[in-house]
Amino acid sequence: MGNKRIDEPTGTEFVGHEWDGIEELNTPLPRWWLWTFYATVVWAIGYVILFPAWPLIEKGTEGVLGWTSRGQLAEEMAVADQARATVREEIARIPLERLSENAPLMQQAVAGGRAAFQIHCIQCHGSGAAGSQELGYPNLNDDDWLWGGDIRAIEYTLTHGIRQPGDNQTRFSVMPAFEGILSQPEVNSVVDHVRSLSGLGEPNAAGAAVFEQNCAVCHGPNGEGMREFGAPDLADAIWLRGSSREAITAQILNPKMGMMPKWEGRLDPVTISMLAAYVHSLGGGEDFIEVAEDPEVEVDEQP
Amino acid sequence: MTDKDNVTSAPPLSEVPPDVAATVKGHQRLERNVTLLGAISLVVVAIGGIVEIAPLFWIDNTIEEVEGMRPYTPLEQAGRDIYVREGCYTCHSQMIRPFRDEVERYGHYSLAAESMYDHPFQWGSKRTGPDLARVGGRYSDEWHVQHLQNPQSVVPQSIMPQYGFLSETSLKVPDPEGMLKALRIVGVPYTDTDLQMAEQDLIAQADPDVPAGDLEERYPGAQVRDFDGDPGRVTEMDALVAYLQMLGTLVDVNSAAAQEELATETGR
Repeated sequence: MGNKRIDEPTGTEFVGHEWDGIEELNTPLPRWWLWTFYATVVWAIGYVILFPAWPLIEKGTEGVLGWTSRGQLAEEMAVADQARATVREEIARIPLERLSENAPLMQQAVAGGRAAFQIHCIQCHGSGAAGSQELGYPNLNDDDWLWGGDIRAIEYTLTHGIRQPGDNQTRFSVMPAFEGILSQPEVNSVVDHVRSLSGLGEPNAAGAAVFEQNCAVCHGPNGEGMREFGAPDLADAIWLRGSSREAITAQILNPKMGMMPKWEGRLDPVTISMLAAYVHSLGGGEDFIEVAEDPEVEVDEQP
Repeated sequence: MTDKDNVTSAPPLSEVPPDVAATVKGHQRLERNVTLLGAISLVVVAIGGIVEIAPLFWIDNTIEEVEGMRPYTPLEQAGRDIYVREGCYTCHSQMIRPFRDEVERYGHYSLAAESMYDHPFQWGSKRTGPDLARVGGRYSDEWHVQHLQNPQSVVPQSIMPQYGFLSETSLKVPDPEGMLKALRIVGVPYTDTDLQMAEQDLIAQADPDVPAGDLEERYPGAQVRDFDGDPGRVTEMDALVAYLQMLGTLVDVNSAAAQEELATETGR
């Protein structure tokens, strides 16, 4: 080709463009770049053969390795489950109320429960399980339990929740709203009486009468609460929604009632057991007292 | 080599006129003709699109067969519109990927079927906050209201803005029937009854004083109650909480049938 002109200093061909005396050289691509490009092409072909790649008529290509992202997840979960299998089986086998007799297992359960608590429970109960009086989430560290504080009761609450719509085994109760039922003086006097139960104020005889007629059926004659109804103990120093006159008045006139989601179905039974062990271990856990006629309690030694 | 050498080595401009036909060939011709380059680029991109996207419209296993998925109720749909309006998707995804860390935290990975009535889908691409694909039933309604009004009151380290105004804003959907009708055009199977009842359904799901009728039969799994703690009126908070409480609750992903289906699938 007669027109081929070589730039002598570089030995490269001219392209033929020229701007104000500056000409363009047809410099080839760097070798390393070109080979990298070829390598990616080869890699892509290998990838298409080995892995799912192209959607076709019925379904996508499956790839020689048979890999799927969901299959890989299943494998990873299986490996993780395997690593925990012994502990989980032991926890599943042992009756929950006897867990504390096996100290190493209890320790494992509490550790697992703490991990699950940090994911699922802290949004309401707080990272230290101290709850919130302002928002009405119970403190799980103290000795006060609305629905029972032995490990079985905690497990039941976790499993079925409290006032969970759509679960007929959920813990349920309704405190009536006394707005329009009690007159303002009656409310004031009963607030006095309730506060006096824990030594916050002077006794109020009229209030005591109102209390006996309206409140004692659930909260007990002395305001000690009743766990069948999740009725709080009003005679101690622990308050779910505050001990001020305003807070108590609001709770009588238009009570707020907490709701806890059920975790059955969302968490497996062993994780729920571990959570129960953790919550029980926080400080307020009570001893389990066996009641023979309660089918929940029947001890099954067989796995 | 000096600059001077360079200058002298270039041939004089007038000496050789460049012969285009001889120097421009093959791929160079494409590079030098912008129309041709555009046309061929389009062909290349179209091949990619046809191969990767088009089959998804006819392949059966694009959307898994699952039971329980249903169109959203008018209230949930209105809540979803608020979710989109407030830009929740910019910080929250609705797509649990099949990774162990995500599955252990959020629950079973998301299925395509679970967003098949989303127009547009809310998978999102960024998680400043947590994934919400399975947030339904995880918290109480009261928690959602507290959290939306003041996120820091329940999650101290949260940087989420406050949405208290939702509690004070009455829910206004100018044309509930039209809303469902538009969705029906793009493939959401609302029935004629759903359309006729849209206006009543919208209110009945959150207002205890309005009879819900057969709402729960037409929308299985729908939760009918006052969501925002203010039974007197239906607010935007009602709609948003109703939507959030529904998310991820419709399909029983852990059911034996669903698991068997997912375990055997390949080629996706």
